Amino acid sequence: MHDKFKNAEVLLQIKDLKIEGYSDETWVPIIKGVDLTLHRGEVMGLIGESGAGKSTIGAAAMGYARDGTRISDGSIEFDGMELTTASEAERRALRGSRIAYVAQSAAASFNPSHKIIDQHTEAPVHYRIRKRFEAQEDAMQLYEQLRLPNPKEIGFRYPHQVSGGQLQRAMTAMAMSCRPDLIIFDEPTTALDVTTQIEVLAAIRDIVDEFNTAAIYITHDLAVVAQMADTIKVLLRGEEVEQAPTRQMLDNPQEDYTKSLWAVRSFHSEQRHRPTDGTEPLISVQNVDAAYTGGVKVLDDVSFDIYPGMTVAVVGESGSGKSTTARCITGLLPPMSGQILCKGEPLPPRYKDRTRDQLRQAQMIYQMADTALNPKVKISEIIGRPAQFYGGLHGPALKQRVDELLDLIELDPAKFYSRYPPELSGGQKQRIGIARALAAEPEFIICDEVTSALDQLVAEGILKLLDRLQQELGLAYMFITHDLATVRSIADEVVVMQHGKVVEQGPKDEMFTPPHHPYTDLLLSSVPEMDPEWLTTVLEERGVDNIGEAADT
Amino acid sequence: MGDLSRLVLKRLGFGLLTILVVSVLIFFAVELLPGDIAQAVLGQGATEETVAAMREQLGLDRPAPVRYFEWLFGAIQGDFGVSLVSGERVSAAISGRFVNTLFLASYAAVIAVPISILLGVFTALYRNTIFDRVANVATLSTISSPEFFLGYILILFLAIRAAAFPAISSISGDMSLVDLLYRTFLPMLTLVLVVTAHMMRMTRAAIINLLASPYIEMARLKGTPPWKVIVKHALPNAWAPIINVVALNLAYLVTGVVLVEVVFVYPGIGQLLVDAVAKRDFPVVQACCLIFAATFILLNLSADVGAILTNPRLRHPK
Repeated sequence: MHDKFKNAEVLLQIKDLKIEGYSDETWVPIIKGVDLTLHRGEVMGLIGESGAGKSTIGAAAMGYARDGTRISDGSIEFDGMELTTASEAERRALRGSRIAYVAQSAAASFNPSHKIIDQHTEAPVHYRIRKRFEAQEDAMQLYEQLRLPNPKEIGFRYPHQVSGGQLQRAMTAMAMSCRPDLIIFDEPTTALDVTTQIEVLAAIRDIVDEFNTAAIYITHDLAVVAQMADTIKVLLRGEEVEQAPTRQMLDNPQEDYTKSLWAVRSFHSEQRHRPTDGTEPLISVQNVDAAYTGGVKVLDDVSFDIYPGMTVAVVGESGSGKSTTARCITGLLPPMSGQILCKGEPLPPRYKDRTRDQLRQAQMIYQMADTALNPKVKISEIIGRPAQFYGGLHGPALKQRVDELLDLIELDPAKFYSRYPPELSGGQKQRIGIARALAAEPEFIICDEVTSALDQLVAEGILKLLDRLQQELGLAYMFITHDLATVRSIADEVVVMQHGKVVEQGPKDEMFTPPHHPYTDLLLSSVPEMDPEWLTTVLEERGVDNIGEAADT
Repeated sequence: MGDLSRLVLKRLGFGLLTILVVSVLIFFAVELLPGDIAQAVLGQGATEETVAAMREQLGLDRPAPVRYFEWLFGAIQGDFGVSLVSGERVSAAISGRFVNTLFLASYAAVIAVPISILLGVFTALYRNTIFDRVANVATLSTISSPEFFLGYILILFLAIRAAAFPAISSISGDMSLVDLLYRTFLPMLTLVLVVTAHMMRMTRAAIINLLASPYIEMARLKGTPPWKVIVKHALPNAWAPIINVVALNLAYLVTGVVLVEVVFVYPGIGQLLVDAVAKRDFPVVQACCLIFAATFILLNLSADVGAILTNPRLRHPK
């Protein structure tokens, strides 16, 4: 236990909690006996990969079981009240007033039909803690404390009129509306860009400190939890691995699993350099401007080259034009001006005008393997179709090619040949996505955030696979990502984009050594580090009014 | 607001275009009849002279496109030509009947729409309970039986056995509103029973569809009571599909009442249409079809506009 809380009152005591989920007509255990003790004012970080049961425990701390789950055993005692035996009305009376919740995606968790401030005042008015008008005044004060711009006015907007980082802070303010004893933060910054994440982290930490609120902070990002938590609990498949005060946990993890989590991102591929013998670039993007129908320009004079066998990482925040550039290269979005050359030959702007061989050159792997694979089509067909389309293979030759591809992505053909995507795990689905791209036998693949939806260990496996394929098949990658750790591990060259423009580009070693372009600098310094003092230091360096969106000018 | 009004105007333009296309279809469908209208109306027993006389009277010797535009411009001004049977102006024959149909449709709509939406909200709130199942089975069985059958059942029980309401809804202009409502109660009830299931089930489905959204979970985790979660957090986001189904059903109330009007001998446009078809009174048939088409398009148009207006993203642009 953390020394700081030795004498503090226990607020939440979970003992031997067991939760079951309903799947395939039976109840299967999700949480297999977890204990948790939280003191007043303590912030506990729950970390683990997806499926570890972090969010389920978070919801259970509110006495809430999501649809299709049930609390089957154990006790949850909140401030002397046993939640597992309390009536639904009694439990509901705690929610919002004494235990509040901050969800992962603020954009999805605010009701699109109501103004932000009306959603903020709903709980205090419902619990008769404050009159409507007082609650609004209080909301504005909280908005100001959380450093939202125009705190007097912003609440009267609808959620879609406010940016993601601002919404996330407004949601934290909403959680504070009744001054709860405990807030559950469920991955509150996972959906945000690094430069936005930092301001939300700072705001959450300040306000939790100020009101001495206890918190359970759920995340899969170790560096983030290091900044926020007093205590860290590591979970794996519904069971506790270990728990320790933050500093101790970071410096000296006991269990092998924890150590493996800490060691992730140890993977590094050796940096390659451009050929000097006058080889033409494989793909050359030249002065491309682009816009979506009737919209403003989203790409402004974008130029960069990708040489054979090299990995070019394109980084930038959401909305910086990374994916739009990919759409221009594949011909899905014809550029307004500029051109794209493939081995020196200009590619027709529209994919419809391209020859089969030109189409073959630009294959894509997508971020969400879930939605990029048709759930009703067999794996053999998903991979087989491009092999048939581009390679003209049929019958036994086709089957052999699919088997070869499955071997290449390290999935056993005998086991996976006739399965369907929903039967696969996230990492396996992403591998199928890779095999589908390879089936066309391209020299160039666009990887659009291929690891950002995956857990760190699984993501590392995918990166290793991509690296191996690159060496064996001599592929060139355009690697779109917002995750600079991924860039560090696999890129040869880096292109930094902001507001549709390329702000800086060059070989990786040069890009990661100062001096940087100010924006590159902002991006790099916003990536959380494992040092628990990191956030404090960065904030001191930049000054509180000069972080995130304020700094991004 | 500029974007919104432009969007609405665009829909209006599409609506007008659709009516134009439908008018072409209606007019030329009659042209496709073997022989021509004169022959079709007079039948096989007619002499050459009578047919020729009728042709001249109808101006059939002129080319079809010219007659189409004459008909269309007349229709726009409310003149649908002259009835072939009675020699009366079609507009005069239709207008009173159409008002009657609209009256019956509004009567049914005023009762059916609120009941369906309320039932939908309640079945969503108490989903998978006995109440939900009973409501579903009841409304489904009323929609599954043909409306004329439903009408006769109602007549049997409410008009003959109980003698509470008249079996025949004959009305005249000088009746008081209460009397009118009383006399048209049975056809109204039949229509209500026919359209309720659709709207109720769509309301229920649209709401339940939203219950998995993160903002609904957020509302629950804020301690919002279940009824408020449904009414305040789910329903405002469910309007678009509900409005569409309501509009389709309202259109049905106007255009699909033919059988009900016949069963209850109600002097509406449906009965007129049936008579006109039997007597091959083509100007009347064309006018009825055009009115039905216009009703459909108008109601769907208002559903589109309604769906746009209930979308906060369009109503409050960035």
